[in-house]
Amino acid sequence: MKKKHFFAKIYLTFVLIMLYVPIFYLIYFSFSSGKNMNKFEHFTLAHYQTLFLDNRLLTIFLETILLAILSSLVATIIGTFGAIAISNLNKKGHKNTLLAFNNVLMVSPDVIIGASFLIFFTALGMGLNFGSVLLSHIAFSIPIVVLMVLPRLKDLDLALIDAARDLGANNFQVFTNVIIPAIMPGVFAGMFMALTYSLDDFAVTFFVTGNGFSTLSVEIYSRARQGIDLEINALSTVMFLFVLILVLIYYLMTTKKGKRGKRMLGGVVK
Amino acid sequence: MFSKKTRTLFIVPYLLWIFLFVILPILLILWYSFTDSNNHFTLANFALFFKNGTFLKMMLNSFWYALIITVVTLLISYPAAYFLTKVKNSQIWLLLIILPTWINLLLKAYAFIGIFSNGGLFNQFLHLFGIGPVNFLFTDFAFIFVASYIEIPFMILPIYSAIKEINPNLIQASEDLGASHWQTFKYVLWPLSRPGVESGIQAIFIPSLSLFMLTRLIGGNKVITLGTAIEEYFMTTMNWNMGSTIGVILIALMVIVMLVTGKTRKRKKVNL
Amino acid sequence: MKKIIYSILGLLLVCAGLAYCVHRLDQPKISTQKKSLIIFNWGDYIDPDLIKKFEKESGYHVIYETFDSNEAMYTKIKQGGTAYDITIPSEYMVAKMKKAHLLDKLDLTKIPNLKNINPNFLNKSFDPSNEYSVPYFWGTLGVVYNDRYVKANEIKTWNDLWNKKFRHQILLVDSARDAMGLSLVSLGYSMNTTNPVRLKLSLTKLNALAPNVKAIISDEMKMYLSQNEAKLGITWSGEAHEMMENNPHLHYLIPSPASNLWFDNLVIPKTAKNKKAAYQFINFMLRPKNAAQNAKYIGYATPNEKALRYLPKNLKENKQFYPDKRTLSHLEVYRDLGPKTTQEYNDLFLEFKMNAR
Repeated sequence: MKKKHFFAKIYLTFVLIMLYVPIFYLIYFSFSSGKNMNKFEHFTLAHYQTLFLDNRLLTIFLETILLAILSSLVATIIGTFGAIAISNLNKKGHKNTLLAFNNVLMVSPDVIIGASFLIFFTALGMGLNFGSVLLSHIAFSIPIVVLMVLPRLKDLDLALIDAARDLGANNFQVFTNVIIPAIMPGVFAGMFMALTYSLDDFAVTFFVTGNGFSTLSVEIYSRARQGIDLEINALSTVMFLFVLILVLIYYLMTTKKGKRGKRMLGGVVK
Repeated sequence: MFSKKTRTLFIVPYLLWIFLFVILPILLILWYSFTDSNNHFTLANFALFFKNGTFLKMMLNSFWYALIITVVTLLISYPAAYFLTKVKNSQIWLLLIILPTWINLLLKAYAFIGIFSNGGLFNQFLHLFGIGPVNFLFTDFAFIFVASYIEIPFMILPIYSAIKEINPNLIQASEDLGASHWQTFKYVLWPLSRPGVESGIQAIFIPSLSLFMLTRLIGGNKVITLGTAIEEYFMTTMNWNMGSTIGVILIALMVIVMLVTGKTRKRKKVNL
Repeated sequence: MKKIIYSILGLLLVCAGLAYCVHRLDQPKISTQKKSLIIFNWGDYIDPDLIKKFEKESGYHVIYETFDSNEAMYTKIKQGGTAYDITIPSEYMVAKMKKAHLLDKLDLTKIPNLKNINPNFLNKSFDPSNEYSVPYFWGTLGVVYNDRYVKANEIKTWNDLWNKKFRHQILLVDSARDAMGLSLVSLGYSMNTTNPVRLKLSLTKLNALAPNVKAIISDEMKMYLSQNEAKLGITWSGEAHEMMENNPHLHYLIPSPASNLWFDNLVIPKTAKNKKAAYQFINFMLRPKNAAQNAKYIGYATPNEKALRYLPKNLKENKQFYPDKRTLSHLEVYRDLGPKTTQEYNDLFLEFKMNAR
């Protein structure tokens, strides 16, 4: 049995090395004074200097975060209300229809979502800018919020609601004092997922963005098409640290709440 | 739970969302696929797709690549997921595997431009064995490697959670009854972890059909998938009608894939 | 509940903070009230120092966005929802955009520096009397080869590219007109062919080139060829110039029997928001010294006659980039072929890409 674990560790280490080599490769060369990722020349921080003086990139970085927070916030509100409404439906048929529609955007390839939203916005005569990107991000984040909140609603003890009503609570009080606290972990997980969806999206944004607004993914794409630029390597170091901090915060927040949180982390990536 | 009025209040924004961003876009894409550039009804787009060998070839190619990517990912991920359930501190290992998925996809693709180049990491590695330099960039190998690299964590996770739910006593029992490792795997582990494998495949196969940024950056536009074709028709040649047609076909294929995997799941329930 | 409301408010506050930062970053540091000028250009097609110089001089904040083919640029502008103040289409695209009413008519009295342009480059058929466009650069389509792998006499005509020897060695520029054009020329047809049968034939011929094509890319070709990643590249003259500066083994030539001669032009789209700045920018770029600086940086040939004297001799007398009259007479300028044929070119080129594997 011991030997088996040893082999397991070797294999997992191998997979991890494979997963991390490209990331560390980028980070390593961000400190090189050369022009490409073939030979490390001298140690330099020059690329970080250009990065932090690059107003355009900084603007895009901030706008990407702004977009992610705003879109996940709105998506969480609409999605949570939607989930509550779905779980309240009496007819099973209606419920299933709504869930089917909910899942359409979950399973559609990004290209289809992007292309159809582009047609949609042009049909409406809307400009392609921050607004159209924000609407799209809200749109594709709603279903994941619904999916994260629904199981919590299912687990909700109906007796609690009845009890609250017997004690004379009105609708609003039932909502704020019973339902919301009970589904909060789901809402939180949903919002976090929405946040990562938005930060990670490339294809949809690529279709629905016009001039004057772009997200990091789109910007990296257009820069990568010009060839290697070690400023992007510097950017990836910064992003990696950013993600590390984010994960650490999330991990601390959820583990404090006990075992449940750990399960959610597993759920973060589907 | 609530009065009708509150319920309406809750459901209206959600229904509005379904109508505006789910139903309407699908209708619009259908509309475009069945019209020509003058908004007249036509079946010509579909006729072109099925008559002209190029499109069918592209579709088959696209499927073929997606299949290879899925299989490669599965082969690497299944053992990894299995071992994850065995090691101590599996939470930490899991976290380490999830972490790279949060690095921007484009940055990872960009890294491979450097890694695969003539003087890059791969060739430096091969050089140690006296081979090379080999051209990796813009080959099928490069495209499949990078696509699999990106998808691996998404395959490991569902399989991991499926294997974890299996009662360890079952495997113990199978071994006690004298089954070989292979038999245990074939008759116990694999069937019981099937749901995880299936959702992993679903999570990878369909997105693999539409990785258009990789076909451009790593495939050098020589690998054209359904997704690349849609992107080109929409963003470069501005033939939205043809782009929508390919989109509709992609949606149809997706539905078929879902129905197939969905059916097996139902059958399984009966078996159990 | 209070907690939730507070956290939502907190997040909104964060958003507001971010929006403020973005706003601050977006503003030029010098002035408070000035607007911005949005340029939609090919990747790496202007000396960034000139943009800085213009910003300093005019006080406008320049936003620079890029595209990588005429077609992609057209699509973006035609779709609407954009507000570029300046863009730089090639000649046939100027004609097409003009027809589609996407261009603003120029008030030539606001562009006094037009007098610096060599008259040979004015009043071309795609825009008689320059009502819509001002010449920016001109150049040719040709082949870059690396003399470590390919001998100079191995590529004389376009047909030499089909040689089995070059399997998986050619980088092809991602442009429908150019790829289809070279195939048409190799068959002895015009680069402006509209005959559908001939177009189909040239697609078949182009498909035969596919095994030799390593990748179909645009801007990054410069990097790959400079790093010896491929032996041959089919691209435009100025691109070649930049690669050759980085790698002395690279050379540029125009295969016979014919090739493309193109003119890129500054235009103002109808949707422009800051036309005043656009005119100012055009004038700025037409100033001889600026034009020369730009030409030195980009490597394409400048139509600005007065700029030539600021250019080093070895550049302006380099026949690779400033071809002589005899070569010029073999070159063909793309015409706008109308929406139907243009669509056909685009769709055929896409079919080539689908077939390339």
